[in-house]
Amino acid sequence: MPVDIDIARVAHLARIALTAEELEAYGAQLEVILEHAERVQALPTEGVEPTSHPLAMVNGFRADEVGDCLDPESFLSEAPESEDGQFRVPRILG
Amino acid sequence: MTDLSDLTISEAGAGLRNKDFTSVELLDAVTKRASFTEAQLHSYLALDREGARAAAEAADAAMAEGTDLGPLHGIPMALKDNMCTEGLATTASSQILAGWKPPYDATVVRRMRDGGAVITGKTNLDEFAMGSSTENSAYGTTRNPWNPDHVPGGSSGGSAATVAVGSAFGALGSDTGGSIRQPASLCGVVGMKPTYGLVSRYGLIAFASSLDQIGPLTRSVSDSAAVLQSIAGWDRFDSTSIDGPVPNLTGSIGKGVEGLRIGIVSELMSEGIDPQIRTAVSAMATKLESAGAEIVEVGLPSSEYALSAYYLIAPAECSANLARFDGVRYGHRSDVEGTTEDMMSHTRAEGFGPEVIRRILLGTYALSAGYYDAFYGQAQRVRTLVRKDFAAAYSTVDALISPTSPTTAFRVGERAADPIAMYYSDVCTIPSNLAGDPAISVPIGLDDSGLPIGFQVMAPALGEEVMYQVAAAVESLADFTDRAALAVSEVVAP
Repeated sequence: MPVDIDIARVAHLARIALTAEELEAYGAQLEVILEHAERVQALPTEGVEPTSHPLAMVNGFRADEVGDCLDPESFLSEAPESEDGQFRVPRILG
Repeated sequence: MTDLSDLTISEAGAGLRNKDFTSVELLDAVTKRASFTEAQLHSYLALDREGARAAAEAADAAMAEGTDLGPLHGIPMALKDNMCTEGLATTASSQILAGWKPPYDATVVRRMRDGGAVITGKTNLDEFAMGSSTENSAYGTTRNPWNPDHVPGGSSGGSAATVAVGSAFGALGSDTGGSIRQPASLCGVVGMKPTYGLVSRYGLIAFASSLDQIGPLTRSVSDSAAVLQSIAGWDRFDSTSIDGPVPNLTGSIGKGVEGLRIGIVSELMSEGIDPQIRTAVSAMATKLESAGAEIVEVGLPSSEYALSAYYLIAPAECSANLARFDGVRYGHRSDVEGTTEDMMSHTRAEGFGPEVIRRILLGTYALSAGYYDAFYGQAQRVRTLVRKDFAAAYSTVDALISPTSPTTAFRVGERAADPIAMYYSDVCTIPSNLAGDPAISVPIGLDDSGLPIGFQVMAPALGEEVMYQVAAAVESLADFTDRAALAVSEVVAP
């Protein structure tokens, strides 16, 4: 399978602002890495179930009880900007 | 007299209980060692001098009152800097977390502290644990203590170098594709990745959540088991931790290998592996045979696809996990003018290094609409094939053996420009991560350049007991007593 990557779209999806030169360099590197992935794609896997977790586990549940939790100030004080007990960000709309 | 910092954890623990020395004296010894070695090594990102001093004094006071908190009581131990420590900067070696102080301790850190361990500081790693050389750190490269022109391996290179040189008695690392075992191999120490879910990942900065596991780096196999015993077990804060009994980790050590059937993995003894390493591993297999084990050749045919599958699965999971670094809640925020989305995109471009960006892009692509099944889905099916190969192998053998790394420590810069060559560093270690099984690297000798060779022992899930049984036999048969040049006090003394 030929590898054809719209690297600008991928960078946008990942929300990483890259320059034209960076996009070109990463695009070329990704193509090389994905050529190696072709070996994996050629492997016959019909009827093979995917593994998403190495051990057979089911969701664990806990009792719905109020317990100790972190004081909001302990993490708000580490944020770049906060106000009135909330994280503050720049404007949302362009 | 032996320098205190050269003792194993069990020797140091025995000395503390015998009142030969105090925890404060142990801390002074490793701090002094670090003051000689750090200028060349850079294994630590930060030493917590005040916190360590207070913990050592508290450990001494508790012991004087007759309290014994277990094997780590009073022992100076280092932490890879991707584990959260309350009030102590945690960077994951990334600019994006520069200056961030976590509001809580990771579960492993809490358990170490509760066990009386003295946390010396935070060790260097490849940014977000992505790499095999510790060259991807935003805060400088760690050097190999056997030869500073060479890398210590990675991503837990700082922890491995610290243990090898004696600036801590042991350390914790994290292993997603070999990040504990490969640096342990390159630095001549013991490094172990537990069964997936045996150790809580709460407070470990996530890389690839279905693969990440925390484990110990130590200077002996029995130290490894003792550290793991202290941190293992179910945690209500990690839904993927195993809710069941922790295997007996220390009981099998010293039992020998008589009657065990051990498989040597043929695919991991192929031409891609340095001939000197293959020779050393074969010689150790022969020694295990002489010690009473039955050695058979075993194939893991899907393992040749494991590396390629890993480099789809790990980037895919990392692209999702690292979405949280967006300049809103912690760490770096770009001062670019514009909207919140502009701020996020520039924060991420400014804060992440090239290898992290490469993997986020790769993972984003592999998960994007139209490609998901061809890449991520297929890689997850290959993962099933790898697990089936291991299951078939373990139906006939008790444990598997192989080299840990295809080469000994390579030169700084040698593979920095070639991601594929760097990725190949993990070819022997990745299969156990995909399977979720435990595996350990034990040093068995030096190559003709004087660099350590590591020997890997693998076992089925929750088979830590037999894994440590074989590893302890390997350790005793290898009788590896060489020390890294930088650890020898006459060399490092001013």
